[in-house]
Amino acid sequence: MTAALRLTDLSKTFPVGKRLFGPPKGRVRAVRPVTLIVEHGETLGIVGESGCGKSTLARMLVGLIPPSTGTIAIDGRAFDNSDPAAFGKRVQYVFQDPISSLNPRKSIRQVMEAPLKHLHGMNRAERATRIAEIFDLVSLRQEFLERYPHEFSGGQAQRIGIARALAAEARILILDEPVSALDVSVQAQVLNLLNRLKTELGLTYVFISHDLAVIEAVSDRVVVLYFGSVVEVGPADAIFARPRHPYTQLLADSAPRVGRPLEAPEARETELPDPLNPPPGCPFTPRCPRATEICRAEDPPLEAKAPGQLAACHHPL
Amino acid sequence: MGAYIVKRLISAIPVLLGITVIVFAIMALIPGDPATAILGSYATPENVERLNRDLGLDRPAWQRYFVWLANMLQGEFGRSFRLNRPVIDEVLERFNATLILAGTSFVLCTIFGILAGTVSAARQYGWADKAITFAVLLGISIPSFFLGMMMILIFAVNLQWLPVSGMYAIYGGGDLPDLLWHLIMPATALAVVATGVVARLSRSAMLEVLRQDFIRTARAKGVPERRVIWRHALKAAMVSIIPVLGIQAGFVLSGAVYIEIVFQWPGIGRMLVDAILTRDILLVQGGVVFVAACYVLFNIVVDVAQALLDPRIKT
Amino acid sequence: MSFLRRLSRNRLGLLGLIVLFVVVLLALVTPILPLQDPNATETADRFLRPFSEGHLLGTDHLGRDLLSRLLWGTRLSLTVGFAAAVIAATIGAAIGIVAGYFGGTTDNVIMRGVDMLMAFPYILLALAIVAALGPGLLNALIAVAAVNVPFFARNIRGITVGLAHKEWVDAARLSGMGHARIILSEILPNVVPVIVIAMSTTVGWMILETAGLSFLGLGSQPPTADLGSMLGEARAALISAPHTSVVPGLMILIVVMSINLLGDGVRDALDPRLRSGALTRPRPATMVSRKSVPKGEGRGILALQDLETQFHVGRRVYRAVGGVSLHVEPGECLGIIGESGSGKSVTALSVMSLVASPPGVITGGAVRYRDRDLVGMRYLDLRHLRGDRIAYIFQDPLATLHPLYRVGDQLTEAIRVHHRVSGREAWDRAIDLLRQVRIPNAAERANSYPHEMSGGMRQRVGIAMALANDPDVIIADEPTTALDVTVQAQVLSILDDLRRDRGLAIVFITHDFGVVAQLCDRVAVMYAGKIVEQGPTHVVLNDPAHPYTRLLIQSVPELGQGRRDLVSISGLPPPVEDLPPGCAFAPRCPKCEPDCTVAPIPMLGSDHHAARCIHPETPLREAAE
Repeated sequence: MTAALRLTDLSKTFPVGKRLFGPPKGRVRAVRPVTLIVEHGETLGIVGESGCGKSTLARMLVGLIPPSTGTIAIDGRAFDNSDPAAFGKRVQYVFQDPISSLNPRKSIRQVMEAPLKHLHGMNRAERATRIAEIFDLVSLRQEFLERYPHEFSGGQAQRIGIARALAAEARILILDEPVSALDVSVQAQVLNLLNRLKTELGLTYVFISHDLAVIEAVSDRVVVLYFGSVVEVGPADAIFARPRHPYTQLLADSAPRVGRPLEAPEARETELPDPLNPPPGCPFTPRCPRATEICRAEDPPLEAKAPGQLAACHHPL
Repeated sequence: MGAYIVKRLISAIPVLLGITVIVFAIMALIPGDPATAILGSYATPENVERLNRDLGLDRPAWQRYFVWLANMLQGEFGRSFRLNRPVIDEVLERFNATLILAGTSFVLCTIFGILAGTVSAARQYGWADKAITFAVLLGISIPSFFLGMMMILIFAVNLQWLPVSGMYAIYGGGDLPDLLWHLIMPATALAVVATGVVARLSRSAMLEVLRQDFIRTARAKGVPERRVIWRHALKAAMVSIIPVLGIQAGFVLSGAVYIEIVFQWPGIGRMLVDAILTRDILLVQGGVVFVAACYVLFNIVVDVAQALLDPRIKT
Repeated sequence: MSFLRRLSRNRLGLLGLIVLFVVVLLALVTPILPLQDPNATETADRFLRPFSEGHLLGTDHLGRDLLSRLLWGTRLSLTVGFAAAVIAATIGAAIGIVAGYFGGTTDNVIMRGVDMLMAFPYILLALAIVAALGPGLLNALIAVAAVNVPFFARNIRGITVGLAHKEWVDAARLSGMGHARIILSEILPNVVPVIVIAMSTTVGWMILETAGLSFLGLGSQPPTADLGSMLGEARAALISAPHTSVVPGLMILIVVMSINLLGDGVRDALDPRLRSGALTRPRPATMVSRKSVPKGEGRGILALQDLETQFHVGRRVYRAVGGVSLHVEPGECLGIIGESGSGKSVTALSVMSLVASPPGVITGGAVRYRDRDLVGMRYLDLRHLRGDRIAYIFQDPLATLHPLYRVGDQLTEAIRVHHRVSGREAWDRAIDLLRQVRIPNAAERANSYPHEMSGGMRQRVGIAMALANDPDVIIADEPTTALDVTVQAQVLSILDDLRRDRGLAIVFITHDFGVVAQLCDRVAVMYAGKIVEQGPTHVVLNDPAHPYTRLLIQSVPELGQGRRDLVSISGLPPPVEDLPPGCAFAPRCPKCEPDCTVAPIPMLGSDHHAARCIHPETPLREAAE
């Protein structure tokens, strides 16, 4: 059986300081070559801090950013977004900020009709029936259809965003921080809804978040990104309980937790390396308590360190 | 900062070239034969042909452009047939007068515009704000040439406080006090519109800034309100005011054309209008290119000022 | 509909509309009015004064009737001005939208051309165009329109660039829409209001410009006259017959002013920021309007007593803070936790009267610092306490630090507005403060601007600034929310050390139970503007009495519990402009009983642990002193 998504050496480099002629002044490697497989019906969590490239990766998966190198295959077929009408039926995207992903001058009905009209060519009556079905599925009331985005709270708007993604009937959903703009009580509602939809409709999720606890609660497998590279991949239940990469360990130790005394997990005052001028070797070296000479010289490859668990580290835990 | 200035100067070169192309292209559209216009009643076919050859007008347009450009780069703008003197001499002399007028107005509109706008924002909805808003509205709605005419009528003709027109008194003038005396009315009339625009913009820029979080931080630190307005807020507002000052300089230069005519000021605007009406093409070309080039250079000064103010601009 | 209503509420705009309506009406009916021929000369009747027989406004230098010429001229000027505005706006907007939407090389090439045109003072270009095409009103119109195209193009491009990067444009693309469809059905409806605003504010300007060209003799040619050429012709007789100048001049003024008034009205009515009051200047201190002042109780170093803060927007009243009482002791850290809209930040800002006002108003209660009431205190006294005795740390350090001052200068200022020290001395102290918040190379970093620092470093500067004058109380409003977890851990540990070393009282506002658990001694939970539960952190977290607190704690996913469904709270918090009569949480509460919805619920329990619930999860003991 083919994988839902197969990324091979996918990377993205942004030019910085573009000039009209000639090469740009610098390049930022937002995502270093990534090779990953997402199976059908799986939820792959991608976790990392700001600037780690997780949003760039997500946007490449739906063709909003063209990759610099590498390929993406969806259901075994090569990625092709030249025809937006065909592409939209294969992968859909749920945005981080639910309000700003809705055009302020369009009613919710217009928003919902767009994918049905342009992707599926439905007529008016068919669209109305389908919208009613979808709204039922995500527990939204029909009267919302005539309202405008500013009349909704974040949680409701995010349900609308999910409903729009469902309308395309794509089997793969890329969820880019779908709950980070929401309050905890509403966040739980949306996460539970996503879980239910996945089981009912047999969807495949790529779920991006900076929140470890959320990622753990929804994912089957987890990818940890640091500074544009995959530093660790593994099953959700193992990766935070028994991290192999020191960065994963640091992330797990930093999350504030009830019942744990307050202490800075890092003794040194550290910052991310300069993206315009990245250090050679493993980018985590300056912050890593286990770093040695080899870490400063060689970029460690992503290798299996435990069953199903891969880490890019010369000195894994 | 030195490197930044050099960079900006280099980036102005294509703009300056573009200006010469645009001016040349527009002028090439002019119907009729300049030689005929120059020769007037001496325009026999032989004479016209000879003059065309002498002026290089029988060559294709692109060749003429490069000849014209090369000459200009050597400071050779050609001769005005009507005034029978080198274009560059006339342009420099006239531009000097315009610079005095427009420069004064620009300084006035900058100072008073920013002051009025800041006071207006700081006293939003108070009487000072209302008075300034009304004055600004009146200022931007009145044609400067009409304002100039009314000022002449009131202050020169009726009250006889100020001279009617000109740059110097005809007899016994020519010194600085005389110039300033003649400058008051035209400079004020010219400054009014631009002051209104600057005041409006400063007010809205200040209101925008006063809502920002860093203003709340300043207040939370206990910074006195006057300092909050005139240091913290105004400095941040200048980031959006300064670029508009560059555009305003263009408006002041433009408005100077009308004012020069109303007040008989011997500036370049009057020269251009006369040259257009008499089809003195070389004078129009030379004048327009010269003024536009000066304006481009002025805008570089504005950019440098902006870079000095705002450390976020990469220098 | 609401646009017209908003427009009609603007009195000056309405005045402009009425005047303009009259002028346009006159211009429209000019051909059918019983006027004299505007071009009929009568040399015997030259320069007749206004109110002469047969010539209401007098005659000009050729004895032509001024009234007739004025109305015909107005008609011409209005037509040309509007036409120029429409042409410039249409072409400019089209260019701007294309450049802004597609970006990249398209944008670059187009905008270089636009910049080139804007490198001319506009009249030079207009003069050059008229010189090439020859004088005439139509050519003047072309010149004015052409000169204004770059302004529209640049303005609209700026707006479009912002829109093209919005997420809803990406969403439209994923909904299967092509570029043309996105531009027409997604972008354009959002740009049209901007075009209308730009047009309404430039029509007047265009009329002035065409009148100007005519004034110079480059526009309308005799014998037809627009208002500009009437003025131009009258100038020669300015001194002998001023009325021939005044009449057309005043008409231009009236027309342009009414258009500008209307334009401002239109802009105000269309601009959403003005509607929400986002362009009003906040006062130096929040307005206060309270009927009574509660008596001081002498508790804690800082105590809030029944504090009420509201936002008055139009006729609506948002009760953001509806009677909050709490206190903090020296050396103690009090956490205020709640979801967005619960009023926790407004509570924090109310302490030092920093709530933006308008629309904020403190409508009741008191804030006691060492028994002095901070609410309604003289501005001068309040200013002396701000930053000196009670200091703030805000959420987003990039927005809360001044972008144009070096961080060292901002710290120095914080010291020098309260203490008479030399600049040198204050600078040294600033560096010392940066060291205390563990900023590496403090002396060097003092010279940095905020944008040159990372988020974590900036927030340390924010903390250093709060510490500048060794305050008694620090109010920290979500100071770590904008930071990554690894950085958050560093910043929290700095705060905790400082509090223990200096005996600082900290009021810590957050939405994160993990943070509260680690940092705070006591915690107050806020919901819909009120405190619903208050007590020692470990008691509230382990043994919550209020159902809301319990559900909120349970709905937070915690690391190490694996994949699962989360506990969620159904429904949404009530809007604070329309609170239910009883318990605000009742509509969402699984334990709601009929008596919950009748009357406001008081805080029950003891000073130690209290909750606003009559059916608590765990029994609340009455005060057991």
